[in-house]
Amino acid sequence: MSISRRKFLGWLAAAGGGAVLGKSADAASNKHFTGYPGSKGVLYDSVLCIGCRNCETGCNKVNDLPAPDKPFDDLTVMDTHRRTDDKTYTVVNKYQNPNYPKSPLYRKIQCNHCLEPACASACFVRAFTKTPVGAVTYNASVCVGCRYCMIACPFEIPAYEYDSAFSPRIMKCTMCYPRISKGQLPGCVEACPTEALSFGKRDQLLKLARERIRKYPGRYVEHIYGEREMGGTSWLYLSAVPFKEIGMREDLGVTPAPELTAGVLNAVPMVVGIWPVLLTGIYAINKRNQKVADAESEAAVTVALDQAKLEAETKLSEALAKAEKEKAEAIEQEVKKALEEAAKAQEADDSDEGEEGTGETKTEEDA
Amino acid sequence: MSEESTTTSRSYLTPFNMIAGIIIILGLIVTALRFTKGLATVTNLSDYNPWGIWIGFDLMVGVALAAGGYVTSAAVYLFGMKKYHSAVRPAILTGFLGYALVVLALHYDVGRPWRLPYPFIVQQGTTSLLFEVAACVALYLTVLFLEFSPAALEWLGLKKVRRLAIRFTLILTIFGVILSTLHQSSLGALFLIAPSKLHPLWYSSYLPIYFFISSIIAGLSMVIFEGTLAHRYYAHKMDSAHMEEKDHVALGFGKAASFVLAGYLITKVIGISAGNHWHLLGTGYGIWYLVELLGFVGLPCFLYALGVREKNLVLIRWTAVLTVIGVVLNRLNISLIAFNWHLPSSERYFPHWMEIVISAFIVTIGLVAYRFIVSRMPIFYEHPDYKESH
Repeated sequence: MSISRRKFLGWLAAAGGGAVLGKSADAASNKHFTGYPGSKGVLYDSVLCIGCRNCETGCNKVNDLPAPDKPFDDLTVMDTHRRTDDKTYTVVNKYQNPNYPKSPLYRKIQCNHCLEPACASACFVRAFTKTPVGAVTYNASVCVGCRYCMIACPFEIPAYEYDSAFSPRIMKCTMCYPRISKGQLPGCVEACPTEALSFGKRDQLLKLARERIRKYPGRYVEHIYGEREMGGTSWLYLSAVPFKEIGMREDLGVTPAPELTAGVLNAVPMVVGIWPVLLTGIYAINKRNQKVADAESEAAVTVALDQAKLEAETKLSEALAKAEKEKAEAIEQEVKKALEEAAKAQEADDSDEGEEGTGETKTEEDA
Repeated sequence: MSEESTTTSRSYLTPFNMIAGIIIILGLIVTALRFTKGLATVTNLSDYNPWGIWIGFDLMVGVALAAGGYVTSAAVYLFGMKKYHSAVRPAILTGFLGYALVVLALHYDVGRPWRLPYPFIVQQGTTSLLFEVAACVALYLTVLFLEFSPAALEWLGLKKVRRLAIRFTLILTIFGVILSTLHQSSLGALFLIAPSKLHPLWYSSYLPIYFFISSIIAGLSMVIFEGTLAHRYYAHKMDSAHMEEKDHVALGFGKAASFVLAGYLITKVIGISAGNHWHLLGTGYGIWYLVELLGFVGLPCFLYALGVREKNLVLIRWTAVLTVIGVVLNRLNISLIAFNWHLPSSERYFPHWMEIVISAFIVTIGLVAYRFIVSRMPIFYEHPDYKESH
């Protein structure tokens, strides 16, 4: 198979077109996104949390989630560390206080509503949306159920309805998006009897958190968890002890999740653009090498053939000459022989006539 | 199977058919459970472990081991190594079956399989590596189908369509290499988004490159491995060209695999250096990493070289098995064993027996389909009507 120049240019154009139409590289670019202006968030102050589980109750109620196995006022469930699941958008876990063993520490878990969410970046059907109000929402009507969001989420928040055969959904906190869109408080914030949960603009919450750290020296570690973790989250945390003591990972870094894959995604159009050129080039070089080799061998064969022909011709003419000579000699010899024989016969005839008697006796003896 | 089709009196109750039959019956029962009761009934998947062996083995390993198709067709049609021509069709066939089965396995794994076309027809999540994987796998399955079609068309006797299909060989090969480069690497890149969950020895920004290089290794080794098995069971189907070339294929592919393994080993060492993870090699995971790297990359690299140097085909064939196991191990390490390494053992994943049944069921379907095709279509021989036509 050979390729014409027109064909090659056609492929090149097709590849280029594919690369251009392929995807917007900006969508996963390394531009730092600091959140929608004026977007909302929640500040969770673990120092003020009393572990009453009212937030869990409130969340369950406003989101119409199924009733738990043990009632919400049963505080013994906090003896084991729980996580969010398909029936629970938020849980409060209890941790030992390294400073005051008698007064335990608490930590509320729910979706952190990242500024640049890993789940949204990972979803191949865009089921997740970072809304301008701050909530990361999920659209079950397009979800295929690949669960890559669960792999991607650094906070291990999304849960799946593995029990459902026909309409399994990802389940996670929505920051009560329907409620906050109407100006209401998220269910958990509304249910909190202390000021452990504050809802407001993220910028304001950061100021509030800094103020608390400044106002009460020694009460808090000087870090607002969520300000920069994974590029920043809408949910912010204050703690009296290092965050890892209350089960929060301190090794996540500050790189937003989309940046982790941006480089590879940006390489895609390059592969689509360069590979056809490279591969067609390799093919063409091999094809040409083959052609050159073929031509060379053909030439060599022609030379060899010519030479052989020449040799054969000389040999033939030599042989012919030889044959002719031999033939002539043979004829000569034959003639000579024939003449000799004739002469002999003549001689014999002559002697036969003279020796007739002896000839008869010989015949008798033979018989 | 070929014997059975020629001598109908022979019983179908061969050991292969019996075992395959049992697995298929079990598989059908579990299939019914999966699609009526949901994933929770048949899997050990959890909120911490959303991907099990249907992704780790069926998808990750399946795609890697089906790389023989693009590796072989590129070698023969693009790099001009015509002496391996007889290896193309078997490699394309196993590639095609491999990808078809990967897609079948995905139907079990995703929650709503009837929505699998959604990323293309409803909303495109182009920031997702999974979108790239899905798009490339879907396109490449089509490419493999077209690349495989001449064999089926020869079998069916459709000469005109076959002639048309053959004309696209070169462009399909190039397209296949592009798509394979993209999705083989993207399967590794899927984990780039989760640095906090994958053990640092396996997590590397070079993951896409590692996956691409190791897919070449897997492709080369699988061609040798499958060739050995095929020769054992289907020697009577092979024509003289195939029989003559098969040892060249093993030697040539073994040599290539040795080189690529050497390059892979070097890039892996560069990866450890770049991450400065030397100190982790002394930990439990580090020793496991060294087992993978030295036992299943370094050792086969050496053994292939030795086998090629001494023209020891038995050694080359066993090395191919070792290398394939190494690639399987690598994919399982990244997707399951070293993934979620930070979690307590009570939260770690181990497959449910019914997950294993489905994986075995899918592999069995592949074997049965392979046997059906090679005993009917011109895979190991050239169809007498189409000789001299390439």
